[in-house]
Amino acid sequence: MSTVAFAAIAILTLAAALAAATLQKLMHAALSFAVMFVGISGFFFLFGAEFVGLVQIFVYIGAVAVLIVFTILLTRHDVGKVRDFKWSGVFVAVAVFGGLVWAISKTKSLSIVPQQIKPVTVQRIGELLMTNYVWPLLCVGVLLTAALIGALILVMEEKS
Amino acid sequence: MADSFDQIFIRAKQWLLSPISGRAPDWLIQVASSLLNIAALLGVFLTLFALISVLERKILGRMQNRYGPNRVGPFGLFQPVADGIKMLIKEDIVPARADKIVHFLAPVLIAATAILALGVIPYGRNMTPFIIDGGILFFFAVGSTTELAVFMAGWGSNNKFSMLGAMRAIAQMISYELPLIITVLPVVMIVGSLNPDKIVGAQAAYSFGFMPHWFVFTPWGAAAFILFFVSGLVESNRTPFDVPEGESEIVAGHMTEYSGFKYATFFMAEYIGMFAISGLGVTLFLGGWHAPIHFLEFIPSYVWFFVKLSILLFVYIWLRGTLPRTRVDQIMNFAWKFMLPMAFTCFIAAAVWHYTGRGLRGWLWSLAVIAVVYFTLSLLLDTRRKFAPRTYRFAE
Repeated sequence: MSTVAFAAIAILTLAAALAAATLQKLMHAALSFAVMFVGISGFFFLFGAEFVGLVQIFVYIGAVAVLIVFTILLTRHDVGKVRDFKWSGVFVAVAVFGGLVWAISKTKSLSIVPQQIKPVTVQRIGELLMTNYVWPLLCVGVLLTAALIGALILVMEEKS
Repeated sequence: MADSFDQIFIRAKQWLLSPISGRAPDWLIQVASSLLNIAALLGVFLTLFALISVLERKILGRMQNRYGPNRVGPFGLFQPVADGIKMLIKEDIVPARADKIVHFLAPVLIAATAILALGVIPYGRNMTPFIIDGGILFFFAVGSTTELAVFMAGWGSNNKFSMLGAMRAIAQMISYELPLIITVLPVVMIVGSLNPDKIVGAQAAYSFGFMPHWFVFTPWGAAAFILFFVSGLVESNRTPFDVPEGESEIVAGHMTEYSGFKYATFFMAEYIGMFAISGLGVTLFLGGWHAPIHFLEFIPSYVWFFVKLSILLFVYIWLRGTLPRTRVDQIMNFAWKFMLPMAFTCFIAAAVWHYTGRGLRGWLWSLAVIAVVYFTLSLLLDTRRKFAPRTYRFAE
């Protein structure tokens, strides 16, 4: 059952990623990118990492995809222009893929069978965030607040 | 006796599943059970949609001193049937320059996300269709994809009004998602779980047998509930926050280029979204399916849920009949200058309530926190104009 589900999600994700890379219209590419994010969150759900799957939808579809489509909308682009195909891109992609496959196959830690770990529930993530990882959490909070204030200063009207 | 009425739908589902249970493989039973849940959800909420659409027109008519629909069937109750047939046989118009695929997918996506959000709400004892540990998170994750659907509708139509409407909708939805989620946080913090069932369970007790421990009866809960309700109004694009489809300005916003059944789908998604956000409000603050007084617990739990839901829906309609539409800049200012600080205050007040012992003392302390911040904010945001020559900000 889970193999079938894995195959279905994998095909969906790969097809969406391929569509994002090859579709002629930029907006279509951005939207199929969002479909790919759904596929990835599906993987997380399949592997029992509910929280990460939900955050994936939350952040990548609710925020990143909307940001991408807005960027496309608000920047100038030629609607009728046909995206031309570059072989150099294929070369880079194949090289990166080959490098990753080589690196993963050489990694020794993967061959060890992982021990049975407790399922990662939302409860446990919350407890860990509030105990062991409270300082990183606070640092991220400060960083995000700084980014928010910076964004506000950038767009603030200057009173003449 | 009371118990059998309470669990009647659970029994019905078990009876429907009994031919295959024990014989079929586990995954088949799971799929069948899920399909039954989905069928029940769609049946109940599409009926409620039909009912509310005619009741809304009746109530608005009453408020505006006219009759409202009264021609089709008794008291005009069959109006949704007539409307449905009309919508189905209308011509489906797709603009020649529209992006056909995106234009088609937008209503599909918006309806799907609206219906998905209904899945995690506990409708009664043992009546949560989709049990998931992070149910509240699921609700908001699904809700956040609505923005993309609205954008697709606006962009795919290739129409200036549609695009403007979509931009307005996304701007206000993103702005109000912040207070909406932050007002949910105190409840999650006090209960210590993101599971809707546990949140309902935490509000189950009664003081002296008649005072329910609903979160709306604590100062932070009351403030958070009001903020949550207002944010919910904005998220479902209802009056007074219906600028995205303000018909006197931009025709119908992102729905301008939709006709027939696709328009009906948008309409339905808006109502389903309203049901979902009200249902979540009931779950978080109004004690879910628990009865308001202990000795009334013999009435089935789902009845209480839907009574509370109907009251909230009536308030939605009431507000629509009462308030005029706000301006875009007013909505934005309200979100960032008032809603967000107050939402954070609720968060702090809930912490104060918890650490001063959840009793009367905590009640008073958290009330004090909220009152101080509220009055400070109202002093700071006082925009009462002194008498002066009229100035125009946007129409120079």
